[in-house]
Amino acid sequence: MRLIKNVGDWLEQRLQLAAPIRETMEHPVPRRTASWAYVFGSAALTVFILQLVTGILLALLYVPSAGEAWNSLQLLNHQVSLGWFIRALHGWGSNFMIAIVLIHMVQVFLFGAYKFPRELTWIVGVLLLLLTLGMAFTGQVLRFDQDAYWGLGIGASIASRVPVLGPWIVKLLLGGPIIAGATLSRFFAFHVFVIPGSLIAFVALHLLLVLKLGINEWPMPGRLVRRATYMKEYHELTHADGLPFVPGAVAKDLFFSGFILLAIAACAAYFGPFGPSGQPDPTIIQTVPRPDYFFLWLYAVLSLLPPSMETPALLIGPVIALIVLLALPFFSGEGEKSWKRRPIAVLTILLVAVAMGTFTHLAGYAPWSPVMDAWSGEPIPTRYLKGRTALERQGALVFQAKQCHNCHALGGAGGERGPELDGVAVHLTQDQLIRQVIQGGGNMPAYGNNLNPAQTTALVAFLETLYPAGQEPARDASRP
Amino acid sequence: MTPSDGLTRRGMLMKLGILFNAAVAAILAVPIVRYLLSPVIRERRPGYESWLSLGSLGQFPAGQTRLATYRNPVAGPADGETANIPCWVRNVDGQKFQVFAINCAHLGCPVRWFPQSGLFMCPCHGGAYYSDGSRASGPPERGLFEYRYKVDQGNLLIDAGEMPTTGAPTARLINVSGGRPPCA
Repeated sequence: MRLIKNVGDWLEQRLQLAAPIRETMEHPVPRRTASWAYVFGSAALTVFILQLVTGILLALLYVPSAGEAWNSLQLLNHQVSLGWFIRALHGWGSNFMIAIVLIHMVQVFLFGAYKFPRELTWIVGVLLLLLTLGMAFTGQVLRFDQDAYWGLGIGASIASRVPVLGPWIVKLLLGGPIIAGATLSRFFAFHVFVIPGSLIAFVALHLLLVLKLGINEWPMPGRLVRRATYMKEYHELTHADGLPFVPGAVAKDLFFSGFILLAIAACAAYFGPFGPSGQPDPTIIQTVPRPDYFFLWLYAVLSLLPPSMETPALLIGPVIALIVLLALPFFSGEGEKSWKRRPIAVLTILLVAVAMGTFTHLAGYAPWSPVMDAWSGEPIPTRYLKGRTALERQGALVFQAKQCHNCHALGGAGGERGPELDGVAVHLTQDQLIRQVIQGGGNMPAYGNNLNPAQTTALVAFLETLYPAGQEPARDASRP
Repeated sequence: MTPSDGLTRRGMLMKLGILFNAAVAAILAVPIVRYLLSPVIRERRPGYESWLSLGSLGQFPAGQTRLATYRNPVAGPADGETANIPCWVRNVDGQKFQVFAINCAHLGCPVRWFPQSGLFMCPCHGGAYYSDGSRASGPPERGLFEYRYKVDQGNLLIDAGEMPTTGAPTARLINVSGGRPPCA
């Protein structure tokens, strides 16, 4: 014991850190901030540290080379003892990190914490969000599989739409004319050096600001923020009715951080690591690239926007969103903090959450993508074939052979790009069916060049049998 | 030496020191920026493109569309399989060819050819193209990217080397109207 004390004294004489550390730990915070609503910031920091540690562990074996990265991930997954678990921790840590950062942001927004004098804390927080998303995207690239390869292609295609500079930005992004070794190397540099370095610096600044300005007090409806009086009011709140951060408020942070780490470990152990999916070989085109969970909403937006709006939305939308977030504390720096009296703030959160949730849900089954193997893998339900004429059955063959099933569902199976056809004969007459098949239209290609008259006749005969029991097929009223 | 005039020997030396470091930084910045911009400012002209063989004409029967691959002309030892680039070769009538990039004109996903229905379909956002590469339906605003080709000594050659994207100069517009072909 005496030795430890002596070493401690020796260090303290030189570092002189004991007093500032004690002061920081015991700084007074408003009593009601010792709450479960205030644990997300510290949890984000905890997960960030987990990401740093697991990231370094992965870097011990990962090879950032386009030719070798995929193999080194296989090695980690299958040959290195518990390599799969470290990969899973890092992957699940990434998902949890984004979720916690977003919850933290929502809490801070609803509690009015971005108002005077914490504007800069909010702005640094917005930059931290961008850096976190940057880590997510670059991390997805380092898992150098088919999804990563084609995801880079999508990123390059978006960047190429920037007016005038687009082609140069693409080459800078890819490090050359194609997605290849230089691309992976520069994403590695960003994921491992540039963004984490910036994250550490900005996290330090964020924490420094929290310490200098104090944690945001629990908002009371009607207690307005005024620049002239706020500092004095906050000082009274913390010193008259406050409690020291350690041990007063830190307990809930500790329990929640521990719980989150345990949850990440449980997910990692139960679900395992993410991928890698197929090899990043562009000549393997039998692939259906999908983005990671947190970019699914973007995938949905890119599929659902009208084509003419896509480029403006892609290039201007993020800029507007960023400006709004950065400017928020300046046009709403004073006044009411409580969410109970800020209905527009609450509605904004609800709207964004519902929109993101809906887009993510849609992207989970991607109704806009053709099911590329439905024509050969999904049979036509037997009830649509029993008791049919030879011509109608021939039409069912045409339906499969011409890949109609890739975009149109029958009996709940097949693509959802076009309408499902189980009841198509109720809506369209024979003439309308022929016209639609031959000319296309609405989002359907024209098949006039690819169907001979006999095939068209058979296909339409089959489609005319598709109406539910108890309903009449559509009739042309002008004919007897 | 009066402090009131604002110019002291020490102050002057410090300013000179800052100026000196700024000058050195500027000199160092030139090679650094040039290094960073190397993917854009290439010495070799013109750009990354060169004529590449896709193989003999016999591999591409008349009236059919086949997948071909080539090794990208600009490739390093670390590129592995990523420098093997696929493309679709359509032999229109035994004389005339069309060579399409694999990348969808929407956001670059790999399009697949379905000979039965005569369509290229994209697995990502649902773009579809006719056999001549023109847009059929979905989010793309134009037809497939098409490489220039030539036939030399019984081999099919294309002018390639750069991933085509919507905004890149190598992306040649082949169907300006974006609509379906006349009399379809």
